Amino acid sequence: MSLDDYSHDGEFHQRLIAEVLEAYPDKTKKRRQKHLNVAKTKAPAEGTTDVATQCDVKSNIKSVPGVMTIRGCAYAGSKGVVWGPIKDMVHISHGPVGCGHYSWSQRRNYYTGTTGVDTFVTMQITSDFQERDIVFGGDKKLEKIIDEIDVLFPLAKGISIQSECPIGLIGDDIEAVSKKKHKESGKTIVPVRCEGFRGVSQSLGHHIANDVIRDWVLDKKDNAFEATPFDVNVIGDYNIGGDAWASRILLEEIGLRVVGNWSGDATLTEIENAPKAKLNLIHCYRSMNYICRHMEEKHGVPWMEYNFFGPSQIVASLREIAEKFGPEIQAKAEVVIAKYQPLVDAILARYRPRLEGKKVMLYVGGLRPRHVVNAYEDLGMQIVGTGYEFAHNDDYQRTGHYVKEGTLIYDDVTGYELEKFIEGIRPDLVGSGIKEKYPTQKLGVPFRQMHSWDYSGPYHGYDGFAIFARDMDLAINNPVWGLFKAPWKTVA
Amino acid sequence: MPQSADKVLDHASLFREPEYVELLARKRQGEGNPPDVKVQEIADWTKSWDYREKNFARESLVVNPAKACQPLGAVFAAAGFERTMSFVHGSQGCVAYYRSHLSRHFKEPCSAVSSSMTEDAAVFGGLQNMIDGLANTYKLYSPKMIAVSTTCMAEVIGDDLQSFISNAKTKGSVPEDYDVPFAHTPAFVGSHTTGYDNMVKGILEHFWKGKTRVDNGSINIIPGFDGFAVGNNRELKRILDLMGVSYNILSDVSDQFDTPSDGEYRMYDGGTPLDVVKDAVNAKATVSLQEYCSPKTLDYAASFGQETASFHYPLGVGGTDEFLVKISELSGKAIPEALELERGRLVDAIADSQAYLHGKTYAIFGDPDFVYAMARFVLETGGEPRHLLATNGNKAWAEKLETLLASSPFGKEGKVWAGKDLWHLRSLLATEPVDLLIGNSYGKYLERDCGVPLIRLMFPIFDRHHHHRFPVWGYQGGLRVLVTVLDKIFDRLDDDGSQAGVNDISFDLTR
Repeated sequence: MSLDDYSHDGEFHQRLIAEVLEAYPDKTKKRRQKHLNVAKTKAPAEGTTDVATQCDVKSNIKSVPGVMTIRGCAYAGSKGVVWGPIKDMVHISHGPVGCGHYSWSQRRNYYTGTTGVDTFVTMQITSDFQERDIVFGGDKKLEKIIDEIDVLFPLAKGISIQSECPIGLIGDDIEAVSKKKHKESGKTIVPVRCEGFRGVSQSLGHHIANDVIRDWVLDKKDNAFEATPFDVNVIGDYNIGGDAWASRILLEEIGLRVVGNWSGDATLTEIENAPKAKLNLIHCYRSMNYICRHMEEKHGVPWMEYNFFGPSQIVASLREIAEKFGPEIQAKAEVVIAKYQPLVDAILARYRPRLEGKKVMLYVGGLRPRHVVNAYEDLGMQIVGTGYEFAHNDDYQRTGHYVKEGTLIYDDVTGYELEKFIEGIRPDLVGSGIKEKYPTQKLGVPFRQMHSWDYSGPYHGYDGFAIFARDMDLAINNPVWGLFKAPWKTVA
Repeated sequence: MPQSADKVLDHASLFREPEYVELLARKRQGEGNPPDVKVQEIADWTKSWDYREKNFARESLVVNPAKACQPLGAVFAAAGFERTMSFVHGSQGCVAYYRSHLSRHFKEPCSAVSSSMTEDAAVFGGLQNMIDGLANTYKLYSPKMIAVSTTCMAEVIGDDLQSFISNAKTKGSVPEDYDVPFAHTPAFVGSHTTGYDNMVKGILEHFWKGKTRVDNGSINIIPGFDGFAVGNNRELKRILDLMGVSYNILSDVSDQFDTPSDGEYRMYDGGTPLDVVKDAVNAKATVSLQEYCSPKTLDYAASFGQETASFHYPLGVGGTDEFLVKISELSGKAIPEALELERGRLVDAIADSQAYLHGKTYAIFGDPDFVYAMARFVLETGGEPRHLLATNGNKAWAEKLETLLASSPFGKEGKVWAGKDLWHLRSLLATEPVDLLIGNSYGKYLERDCGVPLIRLMFPIFDRHHHHRFPVWGYQGGLRVLVTVLDKIFDRLDDDGSQAGVNDISFDLTR
């Protein structure tokens, strides 16, 4: 897909894999080796010229105890990712105080509204379980909490109950509480069984959260809604640093109307109205493909994946989206693409010479390890290694369309492996999360957080690409990396 | 077009551009929002006395509590020992959270591992996870000690750490004589300060159990859970060295959370040497710098015949005086002139600035010992602490703080709120406003909603960098706290009168 073709020293990467595996006890070595591999070119499928690589690793399997997995849990996938950004609902972190505390305001899902009055995203609302709640159960307390929310937050459109580990272990019936309270007030009340011990990562939390939207939100209300032929939903954009807005501006410019944005800056109404749209555009496939499949089956809304990271993907996606709506929209899409081309040219003229040939290693969640690849390549950079925290097999299949021969692939990487890979490859930039940031920088390797955009963003769309380019440049080309060695230390 | 390559606008300004202002206005039309007047009406109501009463009447709902859970404290405490890896038994997401939380505050690496228990472990228990996990951690990360704590999942199903660890040793996960102290740290009891206490006690128990104490005259010092530990512990050591005291800091994270950038990643750095921990049983006394971070540990130390003493975060003049006097008494070492000079300089600085401090009103929130210390220092400057809140404060803390307030005319109007959260504090600030708010980064929402300037002096501080590298303890630390408060006061004075020709009459050059 990229203009510049390149490949990597696959044999060297194989050696790195062999070396890190040597550090493990035998039993763990056997388990971990299935998650590490090197991308190999595979023959184009019959009748196509589609060049892809094979990124064959085992995925979506339990993490090995004690190895320092970087993964989170189902609660993080549901409350932290899918539900938390829905802004006019109150999301109760149901259980002890910690989960809600550590995830409080940390994902930067931007929204408009008056917090604490009509929106509640950056609040930590919890049942703060005490020992007696564990012993006697928390259902009565939950009922009371829902009543108290009604008093103190009268404009809240609904409530979700985000289960923490103990809920499922002590046998609470949050579904019964939800039904009872819904009957009393008529408000949407959603029980989510996203206890942290369920599944192997955040991923099951996404799935559970999707299922709960299906079962407890869709088709429950009949909102007044005037449809247009150009209605779409954006699915799986969490508006981190404003990503969804930088995407929406383009979709509107080509003549489409975004009915629902799931779930960054979303309202409950937007979620409810979504099945009335003509097409679902899905960005984060991993976290929200489930609900797209449901809406396709139940409401006849087709879905397509798209990618708004970097100009080459934006152009391809805009054209592909426009194609679904016919010549009028297609013509507008071309106008929009032409309108932004001078901006793209200016960004590339300024930043590409500073970034050309730089090698990047990625380790992110379930989408970006492939989705951002072309954005880097647009800047002349190369992806030398990539991996996912919680991808499934279909994600690794899709990855083959993005990465080159010899790319190092690591699934559910451990702290040890990632450090050794970085030391071995010495990339010019690592893109990963907060836990990986400081160890990497200590090595003298530039780093950007690619979950939170390192407090920057948006990175989606053309406006976002400019910021992306700027940020990668400032990370790599800051003079601090030249200060690490004291002048009186002789170079070894 | 709002964006350009020459002047790249990120979120901080991009969304104020007209294209985006219009886009967001269009979006709001489809959001199904309540009418603006209704939103305004409710917004005003949330700041009323009526709302305050309803807010304080809630019994079950907790909104924006200023506390975390036990294992965070345990991971923090364990990080203060030589080459120690925290191993948290239970669900793995929790560990990702603790590591992220501490890294976001210290801007430093934070290592800890999980036993990654899932559904099957919930049914059958996590013994196998412990056995495999300890073996992997031991082999992979070469720690000198593995400190085990628990998430609430392991606690609810009742996993027994002692037997699990001994089982794992039998299975050869780690050598029989390898140090694996542990602490049960249920998240549904207490807070991060409780977890700190449990883990320090667990580590001491591991090394001290069955030992007979032979008094060697040294003093053990437990700093407590402290976001400023990097600066504070170093200041503490400087003071004790100046005095010539023989001391052991039990859990010293100052190097672990402040490693240099020189091309090497140090997974472990500094920390209390394990030999020192072993020998610490022979100390004359164990002193806690934060009483509410160490009740069980102090009891445990006392059971060996050690003297014990505790303080409330030695900050400010009186707080530091008290600490030094006690250390001097316990160690028999005089307080050196150098420290007396530092004391004089702090008092001098307060005197120089007292006109700007006298009568200022404050709200203070955070961990119990910090709130106590900060209130005490505010009183020393002639300020008036009004709302004093610790979500993890108990009744005994409240009573003690009330006694402190009663001891000064400046404390007359102060009120102590144990167990309340920051949504309660919002009502307090809206109905009984104060000049300044002291707390952590979460206070910025109160600053926005109630217009009260926030001073960040408490863990966690996510949105300002490096404050924790400087001490707030001792007389020198007091100076820093004083300057931080004064800067906020002066900046606010200037900001409030900075429009040329409009309100700049008092835009004074000298203050």
